[in-house]
Amino acid sequence: MTLAENGWSRNQMAQKAASDIPDGAYVNLGIGIPELVADFVPPGREVIYHTENGLLGMGSPPGPGGEDPELINAGKKHVTAIPGACFFHHADSFTMIRGKHIDICVLGALQVSQNGDLANWSTGEPGAVPAVGGAMDLVAGVKTIFVITQHITKEGEPKIVAECTYPLTGKGVVDTVYTDLAVIDVTEKGLFVRELAPGISFEHLQSNTGAKLNRYPSSK
Amino acid sequence: MINKIVKSAAEAVADIFDGAVVMIGGFGEAGSPIELIHALIDRGAKGLTVISNNTGSGHVGLAALIENKQVGKMICSFPRSANSKVFPELYRRGEIELELVPQGTLAERIRAGGAGIPAFFTPTSVATPLADGKEVRLFNGQAFVMEYAIKADFSLVKCRAADRYGNLVYNKTARNFGPIMCTAAETTLVQAKKIVELGDIDPEQVVTPGIFVKRVVEIPHPAHESQLVSEDRRYP
Repeated sequence: MTLAENGWSRNQMAQKAASDIPDGAYVNLGIGIPELVADFVPPGREVIYHTENGLLGMGSPPGPGGEDPELINAGKKHVTAIPGACFFHHADSFTMIRGKHIDICVLGALQVSQNGDLANWSTGEPGAVPAVGGAMDLVAGVKTIFVITQHITKEGEPKIVAECTYPLTGKGVVDTVYTDLAVIDVTEKGLFVRELAPGISFEHLQSNTGAKLNRYPSSK
Repeated sequence: MINKIVKSAAEAVADIFDGAVVMIGGFGEAGSPIELIHALIDRGAKGLTVISNNTGSGHVGLAALIENKQVGKMICSFPRSANSKVFPELYRRGEIELELVPQGTLAERIRAGGAGIPAFFTPTSVATPLADGKEVRLFNGQAFVMEYAIKADFSLVKCRAADRYGNLVYNKTARNFGPIMCTAAETTLVQAKKIVELGDIDPEQVVTPGIFVKRVVEIPHPAHESQLVSEDRRYP
């Protein structure tokens, strides 16, 4: 795969998203690559992490032996609580989410459409056990939605498409997509490429994308 | 005299009947009232509808209750996890019913149930398959889906400390669904790591007011689901 060699690594994708999180933001990180974002927030910015199972002020994973089975994140991994953290019940946690109190949520995706529809909870496969968790609440309520995802699937199919074929998590909810090939903004006028990964041409990006991409007037 | 303390988990669950709707606290293993669930397995009530965020893991706790064929229907947001085998197998064989609910909608349906609110409108799930067949209404031009409250006959909840009035405090992220489930059941059954004297919990720090709790049993050394699963333990 030449794409991976030329594009950004998982850490670099996380770093791109982290650089767009402003000082003072309340942020919810989804499971997978989004979890890496916390490692790359630029120095000097104070960011508070929310996990929907009832913790505001989530800290790094504990050191060996410091695990507490009753202190976990939404991915059910062991975490810590920072000084100034607080615990609360699920209805309060989703009041923060649905009530538009959380500034940014970073999620993974199966597909993102050109108008910002997100599919990330089900492939609709018959016989599969469906599971949704908090994804639909997050996209319905959080002010800004970032998606971090590989640009194409393992099978080489584009994940950024004209219309999602998988069941939706939410309609018109995604603001920015960070892939291994580019940073793409979802706007009312369509998809705009904000940044290309080193060695990736606009034409190459377009040929690996299932929807029309646009360039900002000032972009190179 | 008011004394909600009972001597055993068996006594706490003694009136759970066949066909009951039962809320079970916990998010993964955090807050899962394993000893109360095991007592419910011993009691043997069948045809239960269980409301819980997940479906348990391994062959203990909620997974064991399901494996013991006591649950006809699960209402949850995330019915699988790394070690959940029991529910997915029964589900694929069509032997257990599933109502899949977004996590925040599940929490709000429980909260509403406890608060005497029969239904509400939420932006969650609009334009997705989970809104199929549900009433959608526009407020200020935005679409919202109507969801009904859920109430239960019993709630099973785990906490850190309780007094004989049933006032509760929890432990970290094990709080999760506990406080709202306490409010939404006819009969709330609690396992507390420690029973304390009245007044030992600062009134400003009480998380669940005792009015929402019917019975409390002290379980000083609760098992941890992950530990039991790693030892491949089974219940019964």
